[in-house]
Formats: sequence, structure tokens, C-alpha cells
Amino acid sequence: MSGGRARTPGRPPSQSEGSTFVPKAPAGTLYRGREGMWSWVAHRVTGIGIFFFLFAHILDTALVRVSPEAYNEVIDTYKNPIVGLLEVGLVAAVVFHAFNGLRIVLVDFWSKGPRYQKHMFATVLVLWVVLMVPFTIRHLSHVFGG
Amino acid sequence: MTTTIPAPRTPRRLRGRTNTELYAWMFMRASGVLLVILIFTHLFVNLMTGDGINALDFGFVAGKWADPVWQVWDLMMLWLAMLHGTNGLRTIINDYAERDQVRLWLKVGLYTATTITIVLGTLVIFTFDPCPPDAAADLLPSFCPVP
Repeated sequence: MSGGRARTPGRPPSQSEGSTFVPKAPAGTLYRGREGMWSWVAHRVTGIGIFFFLFAHILDTALVRVSPEAYNEVIDTYKNPIVGLLEVGLVAAVVFHAFNGLRIVLVDFWSKGPRYQKHMFATVLVLWVVLMVPFTIRHLSHVFGG
Repeated sequence: MTTTIPAPRTPRRLRGRTNTELYAWMFMRASGVLLVILIFTHLFVNLMTGDGINALDFGFVAGKWADPVWQVWDLMMLWLAMLHGTNGLRTIINDYAERDQVRLWLKVGLYTATTITIVLGTLVIFTFDPCPPDAAADLLPSFCPVP
């Protein structure tokens, strides 16, 4: 991943400095703070959350192999407002991770990706809202509408 | 077990013999793009259409897996999401677990859990019977033969 332009234009590392070049002040880094770092933090946090959910999701779905009763009994314990709200949180994490992941792919593979990473992060947030508003309305009307 | 990513401009002969980290990096991007399509469709079909989450029960799952398209769909999600998540967590373990033994055992635990989950999920998809003979008929999908 990459940050955008440094706010204080730094001297580029010379060949002889090579990989040992360490910026002296935070302002000279490409990466610390702002969109580049916070999108990275959010990507990790949502990724870990989704991955642990995935274990539970596969294990409960595996109950279809035990019996229809066993599966339905466990799924019924999820059909309440608290889990309904957690599901909105899960989908919110998935949608963010998906769009920010596509942003990472563009930063890595599109020649102008690093230059536009902040714009793309704004786009990620806009798309996230655009998808989450109708989803939340629809899902919560299922959860609370019975 | 220590995983170090060589600094840029490290001569090729000092980088180690394999390109594992490069392939892992490529896999994250390729699987990520596929997972966006697979999971967005999965969420839309299961949560947005019809009665959404309220429709979810054994009959719903059995009805979906009667179609080989959804079997392959879910199988691809299972494998790609598990491997994508496992590699993500491997990266995080490498970043934060500083002691060699801790890092080793966290990864042993991770790979064990991943293997069990992928094998279990795959077996469930391929050995699943939508009309188990001893089950109550009202719990089964409508296409099951009436006893």
C-alpha cells in the first residue's frame, strides 16, 4: 500500500543510501496518519472480524449435514434483533473490506493508483454509504418487521 | 520460521530461493476481486431478495444446493475466503507476534483450524442430502418425495 504525496517534499533517497533511507520526521513519510494509514488499519480490523465470523458461518452451515432440525434450531437462535444488528455490522465490514480491497488492487496495478489513492478512499466511503443505506433499511425491516 | 521480507534492491541471490511471498501477494489480489463478486451476490440473494434473512432455514439451503451452480459458487467462496483470510491472518501474526515460538504456534493453530474447516465445508457440500429419509417432511424442500 502507499500513501499520496508527502506534504513536505523530501529529498529522494540516493542509490548509495538504498534501503537504509529512513525519513527523519513523520511529515516526510508517505504513510503515517491520514487516509493511507487509517484505511490500512480499517482493512486489518474488518478482515480479522470477517475471518472469525467465517469459521462460525461454516460450522453452523455444516449442521445441514447433521439434520434439518439441528440446522433450524441453531439458525433460529440468530433470529433476534441483537443478531440482526450484528449482521448489519458484518455486512458493513464486508462492504468496506471489498471496496477498499479493490482500491488496494488499483493502487498496486494502475499506474495512476498511488496518485489518486485519497480520491479512491473517498470513493470507497461514498460507495459504502450508497450500499449500506438501502441494505440497512431492507435488512432491519426483515429483522424488526418479523 | 522467521519471515523476513528482504529490503528493496536486495540482490536476488540473497532473497532466498522461493517466491512464496510474491505468490501470496498475487493470490490476495486475485482472490479478493473474485470474492467481491462471489460474496456480494451471496449477500444479495440471501439477504435482499424475497423474505431475506427470515427465509433462511434447512429448506432454503437445500433448495439452493439442488442447483450445481450454487454448489460450485459456495465451494469457491469456501476455499477462496478461507485461504484469503488465512493468509491475511498469517501476515498479521508475522507483524505482531515477535517471539519465534509464539509466532510458530499461532500459525500451527491457524493452519490446523483452516484445514479442518475447509475439509469439513467441502465434505458437507459434496455429501449433502437435501431429502434425508428420517427427517420431518415439513422441514424439507418442496421437491423431496412425499413418503
